[in-house]
Formats: sequence, structure tokens, C-alpha cells
Amino acid sequence: MPLIETRDLSRVYDLDSGRVTALAGVSLEIEAGDLVAVMGPSGSGKSTFMNLIGCLDRPTGGTYHLDGVAAETLTGDALAALRNRKLGFVFQQFNLLPRVDACANVELPMLYAGADRKTRREKALAALDRVGLAERAHHRPMQLSGGQQQRVAIARALVNAPALLLADEPTGALDSRTALEILALFQDLNAEGVTVVLVTHDAEVARHARRLIRFRDGHLLSDQRQQPADARAALAVLAAQPSEHAA
Amino acid sequence: MSLWEAIRSALSAIGANALRSALTMLGIIIGVAAVIAMVAIGSGARERVTSQIKSLGANLAIIQSGNVTQGGVRLGAGASSTLTDEDAGAVLREVDGVVAAASVIVTRAQAVYGGTNWSTQITATDLDFFTAREWDIAEGRLFEPEELRRGEIVAIIGQTVAKNLFGDENPIERQFRIRNVPFKVIGVMAPKGQSALGQDQDDAIFVPLDTGRRRIVGRNYARDRSVQSIMVKFASEEAIAPGIEQTSALLRQRHRIAEGQDDDFIIRNLTEIANTATAAATTLSWLLAAVAAVSLLVGGIGIMNIMLVSVTERTREIGLRLAVGARQRDVLAQFLIEATTLATIGGAAGVALGIGAALTIARFAGWPSVVSVEAILIAVGVSGLIGIFFGFYPARQAARLDPIEALRRE
Repeated sequence: MPLIETRDLSRVYDLDSGRVTALAGVSLEIEAGDLVAVMGPSGSGKSTFMNLIGCLDRPTGGTYHLDGVAAETLTGDALAALRNRKLGFVFQQFNLLPRVDACANVELPMLYAGADRKTRREKALAALDRVGLAERAHHRPMQLSGGQQQRVAIARALVNAPALLLADEPTGALDSRTALEILALFQDLNAEGVTVVLVTHDAEVARHARRLIRFRDGHLLSDQRQQPADARAALAVLAAQPSEHAA
Repeated sequence: MSLWEAIRSALSAIGANALRSALTMLGIIIGVAAVIAMVAIGSGARERVTSQIKSLGANLAIIQSGNVTQGGVRLGAGASSTLTDEDAGAVLREVDGVVAAASVIVTRAQAVYGGTNWSTQITATDLDFFTAREWDIAEGRLFEPEELRRGEIVAIIGQTVAKNLFGDENPIERQFRIRNVPFKVIGVMAPKGQSALGQDQDDAIFVPLDTGRRRIVGRNYARDRSVQSIMVKFASEEAIAPGIEQTSALLRQRHRIAEGQDDDFIIRNLTEIANTATAAATTLSWLLAAVAAVSLLVGGIGIMNIMLVSVTERTREIGLRLAVGARQRDVLAQFLIEATTLATIGGAAGVALGIGAALTIARFAGWPSVVSVEAILIAVGVSGLIGIFFGFYPARQAARLDPIEALRRE
């Protein structure tokens, strides 16, 4: 059974200016353990697709199964629970809470899962360790670099052990070297078995996926498997040659 | 998320905008302070009136000689003695609801015992006086009816007189002199404390009515049966008003006052006098209640306003919380708890300010200040409810945000 299965998934917006078809009947499957890039220019439907498979939006037509659950039939609270347990989100703007430290930020999803304080603390520290930020657990977002903030956000997405990690332009706010580090982290996580979907308009980012799906005008344009670029190897090359980016 | 954690998170959000939060709370602070002060002043005044009535004796009226016109000259109240102890007897017999009617003549004189002397108030009266004033004897005994009838030279003294005239000696059975007349002490009254006007009520000597007339006041009073005033005690507060009307009619008849002519006596309802003090306090209470109501309303609207601002500012935070699995009711609860915490802190600060205000006002007004635990709990509870009421709309706005829109907001 595929992790994600959509059948004729569509989303039509009723706007004052008329009906806009953002997604027009997309059928595809994503297997557990894959690393998929979703590409397309703005207006192609990739963001709508991401919102639908992220259970943040409801389709106007078709069906969507996430890990065997028919998401379009669920109530608002059930969708919230599904997001909480099955999905981890990573955003371009990190979206960390500024007033609390990294550890508390990572604890946030578990707060809504009803975990007790001790479990939350332990799992949050473990997740931060997994993204290489164990020693920054008690820094506030302001005290962290952009790359570190995105690592905290990834730890937050991982902490409930979701079925799917959904990243929306995760490197859009980062310089190219830090972007590579984040991509390397995604590849490492994928190697450990985490299913990752990267939504991006950047072909350089999409190169690091094992499967590339392109959208245009609300339709599936292409869907192909590829040999992923190795982010770790690229970082090693960067480290070897003197550059103004070298820290 | 436990409630305690939710409150801690609310506190951190409030603390992040400390000045803004403090300004928002101001309305609640003033409102709650007014409530606390209002209740404290109201119950303080009531307590004072109650204690005054208690020290005076409940349900009392006093009849005094009124103004008399002699050849076109109107003399002031009490200038002439138109009342007699026979009037007192008639009032006791004929007016409904009268428990006691004491004839009273008061004068000042010097009391002498051995080498010490003491100027004090001498009250010549009968046994009804002690009933009317609800005043007990501490040592010795009250007058015997025979002593009253024969006008024997005995006296009952107040605590202050006992202390100043006799010091550590037991005054019972000792003799002292007033205007060279040797009086024998037969009793000492229980302490009564200060009167409503701040007079020491224990600084007094009581003698039988006739004894006072003949031996102390002198001939004027000795000729007739006149008294300065009659103290009337009624069985209940309800009996006072009709009783005073009956008394008035009875005395006009006894004094042969023609229709259309002025009374030659004045009847004063002492309970009523005490109650006017409550009226002033009540007015102040209502004023404070109005201030409280307006402040709490404005404070509530202020909280609503600042919560709406907060929801707008934190739209992305709300979007994120929804994305990571918060249900609508989790977001609703978060902002409701924040509004309620804000209002409750304001309420607590208001309680502190209100206690301060109540103590200050009570001190200047000479009231006992009564800050009740109930008032504090109610005030804090009400401010919490205000937080919930005025926080609900902003919280619902937050909960109904579309996570996609919210996350996209800059």
C-alpha cells in the first residue's frame, strides 16, 4: 500500500473573479521511504497539492489516502490529529516561536499530542540531537543562525515520528552552502527511512531527490525517477577548496 | 497541555509585551479597586452604625422639652422644662410597643472622695434608664425601688469615675460627696466605651431621680416634677414610628396644646440618626459602584482590543500551531486563557489597590475598615469572567483562521 495515494484530486477556488482551477484531477502514488521533489513555477498547482496532501486544505474533487486513511472524509479535529501524528512540516520561514528556546519549539507538536512533560523533553532533545543541535537546545531562535533555525524546525517536524516529512521551499531563505547542509540532512533522514516530499521551484534543490514530479497549470506534467545528487559529497568538495563561504 | 502550562505560556506572552499588558489591565485594576473599596466602605459604615446602636441601645427615641413662646419671645429647645416624670409614666402605660420610659435629668458636678476630686456628668434617673440603654451592672447592684421612691442618697458609678476617684480601692459601700452631700456607692456599671460623638460614656454617676432633683440640681426642679428628657425604648424598630406619633398625640393632650399650636416638646428617633450615617456611606458606595462598572466595561473592551491585536500579530504562530496539530479548540483555549490571565492579574492588582484605598478612606472617615475575603474572591472571579467574556471574540477569530492563509501572512 502506498503512503500517499491520490485519485483525480482537484481543487477549485470560487473567487469573485470566477472559478479558478488550482489542481485539475491529479492521480499519483508515493511509496513510503521515498525522497520526492515536487516542482513547478508559481501557479502550477504544486502549493495546492502540498496543502492537500498536508491535510491543511480539503479537495473539491477526487480522493486522497494518507497511510490508508481517507483524508477527505475527516472532520476538522480528525484532520488536526492526522497532521499531528502522520505529518511533519518544514517551512521556508522556519516559523519558530520566538519567545521560547529550541527545545520548547520542538516540543510543540507533542503538546497537542498530549505527551507528558518528561516524555516531551526527552523526545525533543533526541530530535535535536538527530539534527545535530543537541548543544543548542536552550538557545532561543534569535540566538541561532538561519541554518540552525531550520534544523530546529526539522527536529520539530520529526519529533512525533511522522509518516511523511513535508518541506515547502525549505532552503529558500538560506545561502547555498547552508542549503546544501539542509539537503544533506534530508538525505540522511531519508536514508534512515523517513519519507520526504520537497516542494520547490528550484531545480538545484530538486536534483537531490530520487523522484521528480513536475506540475504545470494544475496538471501533472512529468513524473520521473532520477539519480539524486549527493549533498554530502558536494559539501566535502566545498570544504576542500578555499572559498568565501567557508566558515 | 496542562492548564498550568497553558497559564505559564500565557504569562510569557503577557510578559513579552509588559508595558502594553499593564496599560491594558488598568481598566480592570481601577474597576476591581473600586469594587473592593465600595464593599469595604459599605460594610465598614454599616458596622459602625451597628456598634453605635449597640452602645446606645437599640430602638430608642428621646423626648426633650421643646421651644416655648413667652410673650412673643420664642425660647430654644430645652429652655423650659415642660416634661415631667408623670409624662414618662403615661408614655410607658399608654403608648403601644414601649418597653421602658426613663426620666432623665443631667447635670455636671464635682465629685469628691478623700483628697481626690473629679468633675463628671451626674444623671438622675430611674431603673428604666438601664433597661433602655441595655447597660448592665458590673459590681454591686442597681437601685432598689424603695431607694428611688424615698430619694435615698446612693449612687452607681461608671468605670472611669471608679478609676479616677477610687483608684485601686473597691468603691462599693464607700461614701463620696457631690455638692457636700455624702453619697454611698452601691454599684459600678459595666464599661460602655465611647459614644457616637466620642464622649466617654463611662465617665458618669447615676443617682435616683428624686435624689438628683433635691440634692444636686436644687430648688427649681425640687418644686415640680419636671425632667429634662424622657428616654423611650420600643420593643422593635417597626414600633418606633407609630409609637412616636402616639407619644406626640398623648403629650399634646397632657400639655393641653390647642390645635394649630406648636408642640412644647421634641421627639427624636435615635436609630434614624444613626441610620443617616449609613445613607452617606451608601451614596459613596453607589458612586464607587458606578466607577467600578464603567471601569470594568472599559477594561474588558481594552482586553478585547489588545487580544485582537495579539491575534493579528501572531497569525503565523497560530497557523503553525494549527499545522502541527492544534485543534480549533486548542487555539481558542490558548487565547481565552491568555485573556483571562491578563484580566485576573489586573484583578489581583486591583484588589491590592482597593484594600489600600479602603484603608485610607476608612482612616479619614473614622470607619472601621472591613475588607472581606468574599469581596476579594468575587472581585478576582469577576475579572476572570470579564477576561473570558471579552477574550472570547478574539480567541474565536484566532481559532477560525485558515492555516494556509495564516502561514502565508507576513
